[in-house]
Amino acid sequence: MTQTAKPADRPLSPHLQVYRLPLAAWLSITHRITGVGLTGGMLLLTSWIVSAAYGGESYAAFSAFVGSPLGYLLLAGFSTALFYHLCNGIRHLFWDAGLNLEIVETRRANMVVIAGTVALTALSWLLALA
Amino acid sequence: MVEFSLPKNSKPTKGKTFSAPAGAKNLRRFDIYRYDPDTGANPRIDSYDVDMDSCGPMVLDALLKIKDETDQTLALRRSCREGICGSCSMNIDGGNTLACLKPIEDCKGTVKVYPLPHMPVVKDLVPDLTHIYAQYASIEPWMKNDTPPPSSGERLQSPEERAKLDGLWECILCFCCTTSCPSYWWNGDRYLGPAILLQAARWINDSRDEATGERLDNLEDPFRLYRCHTIMNCTNTCPKGLNPAKAIADIKMKMVERAG
Repeated sequence: MTQTAKPADRPLSPHLQVYRLPLAAWLSITHRITGVGLTGGMLLLTSWIVSAAYGGESYAAFSAFVGSPLGYLLLAGFSTALFYHLCNGIRHLFWDAGLNLEIVETRRANMVVIAGTVALTALSWLLALA
Repeated sequence: MVEFSLPKNSKPTKGKTFSAPAGAKNLRRFDIYRYDPDTGANPRIDSYDVDMDSCGPMVLDALLKIKDETDQTLALRRSCREGICGSCSMNIDGGNTLACLKPIEDCKGTVKVYPLPHMPVVKDLVPDLTHIYAQYASIEPWMKNDTPPPSSGERLQSPEERAKLDGLWECILCFCCTTSCPSYWWNGDRYLGPAILLQAARWINDSRDEATGERLDNLEDPFRLYRCHTIMNCTNTCPKGLNPAKAIADIKMKMVERAG
């Protein structure tokens, strides 16, 4: 006689492997990832202040690091994460107030958050490099 | 707990291919998740070529045609075939929906059919819903009153009070939303998930129910309610066009309001 699988032996159906996540879900996980990234960015910011406190030499060394290609890459990532987290954070405030929860509204807000991130990041770099 | 990959016993393997009878011209391929509890082998993906010239328009039509004509061992739940019973909920073409409401022509390429995501599988497309039903019972989905009913016998509602239940009462408990929610995937043991929270909102918003405070107390919990992070998969996937995310936001606001 065949042995039927006991409930504990039942397989788990595929989830992330098969689910086509909507854009809103990608933006949601990006919010979390940028939040973690910003914590790392804060270390960068703190190091900058600490290096200044240590004196001119360490400040110069830190400035040289930030001015290197790797430093620029970190700053670019940090600023993008900052503006994304800011824009999407404002969206979360609307949600917490019970607003902007209809499907068409969230689809529009997806685009607003992405456009806002790109615009604010580009603007801040234009100002910084001008 | 967050676990991105499937357990070892759950990884699907490649299964059999069933060709359509000779002479069929308008073919469509269906890749369907199969699991046979009698063998204990890993789930597999079987492929079926279906003749669209002799098949109804919906995914459920194709599944039943396969079951009737090609492979009687295919197991699935279905009943009304018109989107009101909620039995044939499954993952089709990457999204959760009712097979009876999903047109085959809306699917891209090979039609991929899986059971509702991140659920224990009883057989093929039949997930074990025991835990979700227990969660449903935990919100006590019935009218609770301390006061006796009026002498006329009925507890009346104004049209405005009744309107507060629109968008909530239509839920058919197919659990497409709950099983689309990553928060529910990772914390489904304690998080109630969108379908059950929408049902909770249905009773919280009922003017005739007198247990609103008690119901909110029951939900005031970091896991039961607050694992909702507004990912919006629920609202994006609901085959009835309802908005569980909004219902959950409404409960969260009621929590704040009563805290003063």
